[in-house]
Parts: sequence; structure tokens; C-alpha cells
Amino acid sequence: MHGAIDPTIINLTVFVLAVFVGYHVIWNVTPALHTPLMSVTNAISSVIIVGALLAAGAETLDFGTLMGAVAVGLAAVNVFGGFLVTQRMLEMFKKKERKEGKREA
Amino acid sequence: MTASQVALAYLVASVLFILALKGLSHPETARRGNLFGIVGMVIAVLTTLALAKSIWLIVGGIVIGGAIGAVVARRVQMTQMPELVAAMHSLVGMAAVLIAVAVVNNPPAFNIPDPMPRGNRLELFIGTFVGAITFSGSIIAFGKLAGLGKHFRLFSSAPVVFKGQHLLNLVLAIVMIGFGLGFFFAGPDGQWLPFLVMAAIAFVLGVLIIIPIGGADMPVVISMLNSYSGWAAAGIGFSLNNNMLIIAGSLVGSSGAILSYIMCRAMNRSFFSVILGGFGAAEGAAAAGGEQKTVRSGSAEDAAFLMSNAESVIIVPGYGLAVARAQHAVKEMAEKLIEKGVNVRYAIHPVAGRMPGHMNVLLAEAEVPYDQVFEMEDINSELGNTDVVLVLGANDVVNPLAEQPGSPIYGMPILQAHKARTVLVNKRSMASGYAGLDNPLFYMDKTMMVFGDAKKVVEEIVKAI
Repeated sequence: MHGAIDPTIINLTVFVLAVFVGYHVIWNVTPALHTPLMSVTNAISSVIIVGALLAAGAETLDFGTLMGAVAVGLAAVNVFGGFLVTQRMLEMFKKKERKEGKREA
Repeated sequence: MTASQVALAYLVASVLFILALKGLSHPETARRGNLFGIVGMVIAVLTTLALAKSIWLIVGGIVIGGAIGAVVARRVQMTQMPELVAAMHSLVGMAAVLIAVAVVNNPPAFNIPDPMPRGNRLELFIGTFVGAITFSGSIIAFGKLAGLGKHFRLFSSAPVVFKGQHLLNLVLAIVMIGFGLGFFFAGPDGQWLPFLVMAAIAFVLGVLIIIPIGGADMPVVISMLNSYSGWAAAGIGFSLNNNMLIIAGSLVGSSGAILSYIMCRAMNRSFFSVILGGFGAAEGAAAAGGEQKTVRSGSAEDAAFLMSNAESVIIVPGYGLAVARAQHAVKEMAEKLIEKGVNVRYAIHPVAGRMPGHMNVLLAEAEVPYDQVFEMEDINSELGNTDVVLVLGANDVVNPLAEQPGSPIYGMPILQAHKARTVLVNKRSMASGYAGLDNPLFYMDKTMMVFGDAKKVVEEIVKAI
């Protein structure tokens, strides 16, 4: 063995392990919540916004920073929209629970 | 902040994202899960902001984008969720492409050496084309779901097919990979041309891949695009050496892939047959020429009479219920029946509606208690000893042909409505379902058809009970 590990190999390690985690976590999601699952995964994949932040936050204002700013905007729509709409949907599932509780009480 | 501190903060955010998804295993823990997700996102964004050298463009982008997102999330109707999700996938895709452009433009801003190493180029190429396909494919899916086909043919919810379609896609894909390799081997001077051509072809491919897929296959398409948006994020994560992006992207990617699999299984079709598209276009014409059979049709009052005198009623909602926005009326009807001592339950087929879990959300919106709502496997055995089954705007998911060898939908798991003592079917007309097949259920002696818009019919039933 010689030299340092190529960062791509580390990335690949993380990737493969994350896919396994995803596989096991997602199979446990109840089918009734598949729509909120889609909207929350949407919000989570918008963490791509960190790439956009690096682009838009560069020192000099040029073509690249503008692209980054647009990307920040697009991803921000998803971050806010995704989490808020998920919250709204889950609120609906919650409301029923309370009512049921009252009925039983 | 040092690079290690940043990486640790990202690790915390990644764990929070995993917990967010884990929370969805039960409605009770789901809200807390969503909160974990929000906290994770805040940590990720604040950590990255600390690295930024100028924040004005960032603030502008977050304020404008965030405001749009917040307004849309508040205003959107639950029946429009599939469109919203499709639109949001397209944004992730586009953001991935724009970030890739910024990376090619100025690698040092992302801690990548200039000129960019080959490995980063390859990863960037993958992130870009997956992002571009996600973007344009999701736009088409959005158009199909929003019913924009009248204005623009590519958005038609019927499959758009032409001769040589698959060959064209294949050739385009190969050419795209060719330009991607061109980008991979190019020096810093000649890199823009292959990069841009590759991205442009990927945009076109996204359109071509989605247009042949018909409306009722949308649950698969939307899950698949969900998956792609995750892989695009992971691809960008690879090129930026950002483990958090890789983790978040793979979680989303596997989530979408699993949902696609569940949806395909619920239609007994292979993923490839859905992707190749064209389903329902050819068979539709053939079914139209069948012999005339008689159906028994009745009024809403008849239906009300039958249901209020039943001991048990099972409601099977479908896409027609979503189109008519009848969920609140249905809940009112169920409450009235329950007051009369009728045992009312709902049976949900996995592909009912236009996206996974669509019906559950609509019923939740109408505040139907979720202990009345059952998944197909849990309630199918009950259908046989049920007095009345009310099918609301569903067709293929209750088609008994699925149990007949040789029929095009043979083997598709269905809700066995035909086993109930009486079947009430609400439809707007006798038009065949998405699969283009006639449905023998409608011609059975124990079946009564109630024609009309689902909401109007259910409201009339409510009055008559």
C-alpha cells in the first residue's frame, strides 16, 4: 500500500453505505405516508443548495456567481416549499389523531 | 471554520436527514421527523454560509426563492400535490446543472484545483446529465399532470409515440456520452463546447424519455424522477467531494427507486415496460369495438338507499375522486352512514391516483380517521363479506380481468370489489380506463352504475341518506 486514499474512493464508500441506509429506512415508511415522503425527499435533495452557496458566495462577481445565485433561488424554493408542504400534510394526519383521542376519551 | 469542523457539521446534518426519513415510518413520529429534516437543512446552510466570501447574491436568492416556496406550499391544493412534486423535482435538476456550470467556470471557488482533475470532470458530467434529464423530464411530467395537453401536445396525458422513438433515444444517449467523454479528456480551453452540447442533449433526452409514458403510469414516473433528482444531487456531491450531498442524494435516490419498484409491482409491470411507454395507446382502439353489453344504472337516491341499509360499506377511491375534489363530500357521506350504524371503511390501491400515497393524503385532508383507511393487502379478504362496495372514479384497480389469464393486465393485484354482495360504481361515462380495457365488473348483475361527477353524485347521496 502506497500513498493517500483517492477522495473518490472515500466518496464511493460513503455513497454505497448511504444507499444501504436509504434502502432500509425507506422500506419502513408506511404506504399511507408515501406522498409526504416524496415531498420531504424533495426538500432533502435540495441540500444541493450548499453547492449553489459556494458558487454564489465567491469573491468576484462573474458569470459563475450569477449561475450560483439562480441555483440558490431554485433550491430555496424547494427547501422552503418542500418542508412546509410536508408539514402541512403531516398536520392533516395529526389532526385526525387528536379527534380520535377525544372520541375515545 | 476549519475544513474538519465543516465536515463534522455536515455529518450532523446527514444524520438528521436520515432521522427525518425514519420518522415517516409512522404518522405519530412523522412530524418530529420533518423537524429533524429542517434542523439538518439549517445546520447545512449556516455552515456553508460561514465559508462564503460575499453574501448579497445568496441572501437575494434565498429571500426570493424561499418566499415563492412558502407561498406555494401554503396555497397548493392537496389534489395538486403530484404537479407540485413534479415541479419541485425539476428545480433540483436545474440547480444541479447550474452548479455544474459554475464549477466548470471557476473550480477554485469549490476547492477544486484549476485545471480540474479528470475524476472531478467525470463526476461533474454525470451530475450534469442526470440533472438535465431530471429537469426537462419533470417539466413534461408536470405538464401531463396539470392537464396542459390541450395547449401543447408534448404535455398530452396520452402517450406521445412515433416511429423510431427508442432508436432515436439510444442514438442521442450515445452521442451525449460521446460529448461527455470529450469533456472528460478536454483541456481547460476546449472544455465548454463538449460540456454545453452534452447538457443540451440531456435536456432533449429528458423530454423524449417522458413523453411516451401515459397518465396513469405517472406514479412510476414521478417516483423515478424523484430518484433521479437524488442521484443528480449525489453526483454533484461527488464532484465537490461533499459527503453530506452524497448521503442526502443517495437517500433520496434510493427512496425514489423503491417507490418506483412498489408502484410497478402494484401494476404487475416491469420498470422497463413502463419506461418504454406507449401502454394503453394501442389496446384502447381494440376495446372500443366490443359487443354491446347492458349495464344497470341507478340514481344517487338508489345508491343512498342501498348503503344506508347495509351493514358494511367499503369505499374504493380512485383518480376520479381527486379530479372531482370529492374527498370532503365523501367524508360527510361516511359520517352520515356511520351515524346510522354502518361499518364504513376505505380501501386504497397502491397506484390509485397519480402519485404514491395520493389517496391517503386526500382522505387525511378531509379528516377521515386513518383507522378507517386500509391498504390493499389488509382489506382484500374483507371485500367478500361486505354488503356494498362503492367505487369512486377508479377502474383498472378493480378490474376482474386481472385475474383472467391472457388479459393484458393479468396478474395485476386488484381490489376484489367483484366479490362484494353489491357493487356501486360511480364514473363519469362508460369510457374505458387507462389500460383501455373494458371492465366486466360494470356488467355484473349485482353492479349498479351511478353516472356523473364524483362530487355531485356523492353530495346527492348525502342529501338522500
